[in-house]
Amino acid sequence: MARQGIQDARKGVRRTVARTLVALAGMFVFAFALVPLYDVFCQVTGLNGKTSNQAQALAHEGADQDRVVTMQIITRGSPGLPWSLEAHTRQIRVHPGQSAEVHFTFENLGDEASVARAVPSVSPSEASLHLRKLACFCFQNQRLASGERFEAPLVFQLTRDLPDDIKTVTLVYTLYRQDAAPSRKSGTQARGGDA
Amino acid sequence: MASHLPPRPTAQQSQAEAGGMASDEHHHGPRGLMRWLLTTNHKEIGTLYLIFSLSMFFIGGIFAMVVRAELFQPGLQLVQPEFFNQMTTMHGLIMVFGAVMPAFVGLANWMVPLQIGAPDMALPRLNNFSFWLLPVAFALLLSTLVMPGGAPNFGWTFYAPLSTTYAPPSTTFFIFSLHLAGISSILGAINIIATILNLRTPGMRMMDMSLFVWTWLITAFLLIAVMPVLAGVITMMLLDINFGTSFFNAAGGGDPVLFQHLFWFFGHPEVYIMILPAFGIVSVIIPTFARKRLFGYASMVYATASIAILSFLVWAHHMFVVGLPLVAELFFMYSTMLIAVPTGVKVFNWITTLFRGSLTFEPPMLFALAFVVLFTIGGFSGLMLAISPADFQYHDTYFVVAHFHYVLVPGAVFAIMAGVYYWLPKWTGHYPHTRLSQWHFWLSVIGVNLTFFPMHFAGLAGMPRRIPDYALQFADFNMITSIGAFMFGISQLLFVAVVVLCVRGGEKAPAKAWDGAEDLEWTIPSPAPLHTFETPPHFEPHRH
Amino acid sequence: MRLVWTAGLVACSGLSESVLANGWNMPVGVTDVSREIHSLHMTIFWICVVIGVVVFGAMFYSLFRYRRSRGAKAANFHEHTTVEVIWTLIPILILVAMAIPATATLKTMYDASEADLDVMVTGQQWRWRYSYLGEDVAFTSNLATSRSQVSGESAKDENYLLEVDEPLVLPVDRKVRLLMTSDDVIHSWWVPDLAVKQDAVPGFVNENWVRINEPGIYRGQCAELCGRDHAFMPVVVKAVEPERFDDWLAERKETASQAALGVDREWELDELMERGEQVYGTICASCHQPDGSGSPPAFPALAGNQAILEDPDYHIDTVVNGVSGSAMPAFRSTLNAVELAAVITYERNAWGNETGEAIQPADIAELLDAQ
Repeated sequence: MARQGIQDARKGVRRTVARTLVALAGMFVFAFALVPLYDVFCQVTGLNGKTSNQAQALAHEGADQDRVVTMQIITRGSPGLPWSLEAHTRQIRVHPGQSAEVHFTFENLGDEASVARAVPSVSPSEASLHLRKLACFCFQNQRLASGERFEAPLVFQLTRDLPDDIKTVTLVYTLYRQDAAPSRKSGTQARGGDA
Repeated sequence: MASHLPPRPTAQQSQAEAGGMASDEHHHGPRGLMRWLLTTNHKEIGTLYLIFSLSMFFIGGIFAMVVRAELFQPGLQLVQPEFFNQMTTMHGLIMVFGAVMPAFVGLANWMVPLQIGAPDMALPRLNNFSFWLLPVAFALLLSTLVMPGGAPNFGWTFYAPLSTTYAPPSTTFFIFSLHLAGISSILGAINIIATILNLRTPGMRMMDMSLFVWTWLITAFLLIAVMPVLAGVITMMLLDINFGTSFFNAAGGGDPVLFQHLFWFFGHPEVYIMILPAFGIVSVIIPTFARKRLFGYASMVYATASIAILSFLVWAHHMFVVGLPLVAELFFMYSTMLIAVPTGVKVFNWITTLFRGSLTFEPPMLFALAFVVLFTIGGFSGLMLAISPADFQYHDTYFVVAHFHYVLVPGAVFAIMAGVYYWLPKWTGHYPHTRLSQWHFWLSVIGVNLTFFPMHFAGLAGMPRRIPDYALQFADFNMITSIGAFMFGISQLLFVAVVVLCVRGGEKAPAKAWDGAEDLEWTIPSPAPLHTFETPPHFEPHRH
Repeated sequence: MRLVWTAGLVACSGLSESVLANGWNMPVGVTDVSREIHSLHMTIFWICVVIGVVVFGAMFYSLFRYRRSRGAKAANFHEHTTVEVIWTLIPILILVAMAIPATATLKTMYDASEADLDVMVTGQQWRWRYSYLGEDVAFTSNLATSRSQVSGESAKDENYLLEVDEPLVLPVDRKVRLLMTSDDVIHSWWVPDLAVKQDAVPGFVNENWVRINEPGIYRGQCAELCGRDHAFMPVVVKAVEPERFDDWLAERKETASQAALGVDREWELDELMERGEQVYGTICASCHQPDGSGSPPAFPALAGNQAILEDPDYHIDTVVNGVSGSAMPAFRSTLNAVELAAVITYERNAWGNETGEAIQPADIAELLDAQ
């Protein structure tokens, strides 16, 4: 009787361990699955104000002449990248539904070629759901030789379903270096330490 | 925290061993150090966990003392900001992962088999392994203090990119040590679940189990659910730091805020991992010293389970100012407020258990009562923090520091101490020294409130957390807090004294050391022999 | 009954405003939102106090009344469904009562109506940069408290750690939209009196807004741990009447162009050194130390640093463009050509570096406006 009980218990323990191990593995995979899920979630809800990373088609809808939305465009650099990025238009008033075009100039002011990408962010973040980019330099990396200039357009549309309470949409591009900085620089950073 | 000399098995029990679940134990096996290294006995492993936890409590405590000494007055006197940040970070990590969690695992190792009438844990060798991972993990973590660039300095919440792109080189070691501690917790949780689900004495149904066992079962499920997420997050950090991925780096298309979502998806259940077993301990102690059955046993179980489930739906209340849309703010505010309901039920049940009881105030009861009052105060500030608009003012201030220290120190830590005082007679065969325990209690209660209560005011007045130096209007609050902290810190030496004295001698305790105690552990002799319940004990299922 | 209770609460929170509105409590603040938040805070606080009195009252009554030493015998009840249902429902009702005003306040805070002025706030280890969008005015705001006050060598001022070299100036009675972002790690811009706290996340923009009711100087701090000098990046907002704000803005544009003057002329070494020392003291000294000794490995020493002394171009590049993935920011948009030239010259000649080289503002200007 007691021996029977122990046999049952052993079997039970094995089953419990097997189940918890499956649950563990599942949760570990789930943690990584949360990364793409988060992206999907953000695209559906506009949670973090990221915009689509590929060109979208124009939504064919007439411009809503009764509403005007201010579109602000801000460009920023980041440490370690001797580039400048300028928007030719910093503020543009558009009707929802209407498409508009803004030109940007990239310039590499450094003495070496480098690769960078302009990473977009939209505020208020809900507006990113209603911002369609028909053409944008932000879909791919840019490579510029020393002193090279490059002009690129952004063609966008704020769709008519943009919530009524949003009056200003800010689109910020931050330039980030994509290739490793020349090794001398990171090396001297450390070398400077023991100088 | 318990015996240096483990209880010796009696001759009878040694003979009765054959066929027991704990058949790995060899009585003619190694002695001295090797014996502790290789032990598979749940009581010895429990003792090891408790001693480890107490050592970490003092190491983390010393870090807190450094922090409080620097904050004693405005200006930088003792340490530089870099080192200060390492101290706050290490204090948090050590206390959460090294002191509080292992203490609960230690108590579970000792008491879960005794309370369900099992001869040992279900997986004794795994049990040994999961303990010995901890000293390795924390030796590694502490060694980062002497590495070039210093120890982790980004706070225990290690937000990216401060903890990735801008982190000191020791971060990789920090990640590795957290992995080890996480594996240890996971293995411990598997063991506890397997034990509780399969090794209960015949006739004990789930709803007959003591609340300590219940809360630990639920906690173990939480651990299984969220520790892998922590492991995932720190693995992503590792990849970002060393292999050029961009999970949390905006430059490569990642999002630093994603880190916070993942971290708090682990972190909020983690908070309950540190408090649910405390609920269990208090729910066992209060009926004992009220000499009256716990009021609302079933609702206690359901409340614990609902707190555990809700804990997965509230994580973003740590992120109200990170730039969430209105809908998210509202959702997380409402779901967080809901947690007050089951928590309230628990407090009401404890108080109703006291009502019309026959109360005495032995040291375990003193700590349990202080737990109820001070944890509830922490709950009130938690409710205030849940109110999202107000959180825009509270967030990342000393108000938050006050809140979570109220739920963790007079909450979790007091419950652990209550548990230790409660079960010391069972572990050592002696009652803890009453007068000394009372001194320890009153100095701790006064010290804790002196430390953490003024933090509410400092926070409301505008003092951000994690700063080594502050504006002059916060000076008085900080001085009081520091004095309280030193007082609390020093009075913990009394706790060590009580435990050591209790191990060495003192008033002899009978099998049933407390006259109102009901659970199975009180049917075996004090001190508990090394092997217990080799044949399942008789259990009367009507007690709850 | 409920009415009496509510009235009592309102009375309590009214009372509290006078009693507690000092250095012990959340400031009432100077915006409508901050007032709303404060009254919400006080309401919830008093609700908690009332619950606390009831709950702890019952508890301490039991502790006193049912002691065994007073001969108490334990009763034998252990459940009561009705009571348990009641004390589950009552808290839910209280929570609903709390959630209603909280939701209303939150909606006000998320109001997205058009703003009169947009300011971009950029966090940087460890200073704030403000740019007035569309106005061509931008500047950084650094801690103004001297290092000697921190180390205790000199007496601490009244606004110790809460003073900056150049505050953010905002007009009162105008809706100002604040856009937040960061150059490096996450910071959080917080001014208690304005009830604005918003994280500045690198690569992302957040927004918040403020409409200040009273002119004055309002102080706050960075609220998110951002590394070593997290405690040393205060926020100071100076709110002025709209007319004075317009004057200030015009004046600020004038000063900016004045400061950039002199780019074209040849500068003497001494002149550059003098200017450079000022810039170094406010911007660089917090990491690289006043004596240029740095704190390696994160912040390299500049005194005797062969890498920069041997290669002026590398030195200029590092200061102008920063170093990615480190705490060294790009100063191209923060400092003007004169300041850049001056600080680089200073670093090349101070602390025994003695290269004798003067870096000319004109050369830096050429580098900056190569377009």
